[in-house]
Amino acid sequence: MRKLLAITGNEAIAYAMKQINPDVVAAYPITPATEIVQIFSQYAADGEVNTEFVAVESEHSAMSATIGASAAGSRAMTATSSQGLALMWEMLYIASALRLPIVMPEVNRSLSAPINIHADHSDTMGARDSGWIQIYCENAQEAYDSLIQAVRIAEECLLPIMVTIDGFIISHAMEGVETFEDKDVQNFIGKYKPAHPLLDINHPITIGAIDFNDYYFEHKRSQIEAMNKVEPVILKIAQEFNKTFGRSYGLFEEYMMQDAETAIVVIGSTAGTAKVAVNNLRKQGKKVGLLRLRVFRPFPAEKLSKALSNLKAVAVLDRSTGLNAYAGPVCTEVASSLYTNSEKKPKILNYIYGLGGRDIFVEDIENVYKDLEKVVKTGRTENLINYIGVRE
Amino acid sequence: MSEEKKKGWKELPIGATLEAGTAKEYKTGDWRNIRPVWNKEKCIQCLRCWIYCPDSSIILKDGKVAGIDLDHCKGCGICSEECPVKPVKAITMVSEKQSK
Repeated sequence: MRKLLAITGNEAIAYAMKQINPDVVAAYPITPATEIVQIFSQYAADGEVNTEFVAVESEHSAMSATIGASAAGSRAMTATSSQGLALMWEMLYIASALRLPIVMPEVNRSLSAPINIHADHSDTMGARDSGWIQIYCENAQEAYDSLIQAVRIAEECLLPIMVTIDGFIISHAMEGVETFEDKDVQNFIGKYKPAHPLLDINHPITIGAIDFNDYYFEHKRSQIEAMNKVEPVILKIAQEFNKTFGRSYGLFEEYMMQDAETAIVVIGSTAGTAKVAVNNLRKQGKKVGLLRLRVFRPFPAEKLSKALSNLKAVAVLDRSTGLNAYAGPVCTEVASSLYTNSEKKPKILNYIYGLGGRDIFVEDIENVYKDLEKVVKTGRTENLINYIGVRE
Repeated sequence: MSEEKKKGWKELPIGATLEAGTAKEYKTGDWRNIRPVWNKEKCIQCLRCWIYCPDSSIILKDGKVAGIDLDHCKGCGICSEECPVKPVKAITMVSEKQSK
């Protein structure tokens, strides 16, 4: 029987981890992701999971131990946030290059300095080119559902995957989350059959060997190809999930996009706020839409640019800044994919917002649509990069 | 090495996984600057060199030192340093240039 639980984003993720019942979890606490492993360690202590729980001394060690466990042939998970992810940095690349299907919930939080514990996407955007699949969730329900799908995606593609929620806004907010029975989750994820387990003593292997200029490039090329093959796997598993559990997910979500003339592209929890703004403006007869990007790695360039190509103007909202990059990370990728994939090129505006947990309101987003309307009318963009909610 | 036809990316094993024991095939002895020279007559078969060698390059035969694996010895000199034979050690280090 399905249960509707009133739980936070962190609790939903910990509950999904319990139902996944991984062989090994190695983790170190960090705000606002602490609760995920705290709750999970309680499950482990109470014997509700069969997991070997390893409390390590840092996130660098957490990812190292998870890599070791995964290479040994176990289903291995960890969870982190912000500085924790930053401390994992060198190990992230090793996990993906060794093609280890590690699943990691990540609670999005800003990066120091100044020290700040609240939501923005600087942490995972910094890891966007580390060879990990990245799925950004709008709410706790999606995080629960995505984590279950992530196990299958990672193991079929032999690539690590991070599933993110916005710190505090989702991690600590209580929502109704529909959960499935343990056995249904187990049936969906199936039994893990590792490709080359180190612990298979009858077939000894070497992993992580040195690769000079004669082979390194070829290994990277094959890693790129592995990423190229992820998109159809995500869609296939989402379809199977929908058939089994009745909720539908894609690479991105289109909201009121069919006849839209202008639209916002956004990632994460702000999509919920933006949908309210879209509803308000639709009531006034404005043809506005919303595209919530869910899978950022691999970047669904072709499908995304197709979905945006008929618009007159697009605003891309970035909850992190590239500092001296051409624009925010989401905007640069959206703009590049439109430039190379589409004959029609809508005008583009970039909005940096919500850094360090700065709130964004319905009115802020309505103002973005007003800016877009002005761009359509005048045919001119005054500034590519704009800021929401920062004091001058 | 240069004559061997190198594999393209499609032929490589996933995740750069290799069969075990590849270090044996990879000859690293040419990194050496100084080489150990073993004197069979002076050797007392205490096996300290075998215990201390970080590259497993002391060759044993029937439990006794029988020579040095110069394909893998990197010339660190630990074997000579640990050799207890006096006044002249059973393993002495000589420069690669001299030995040629």
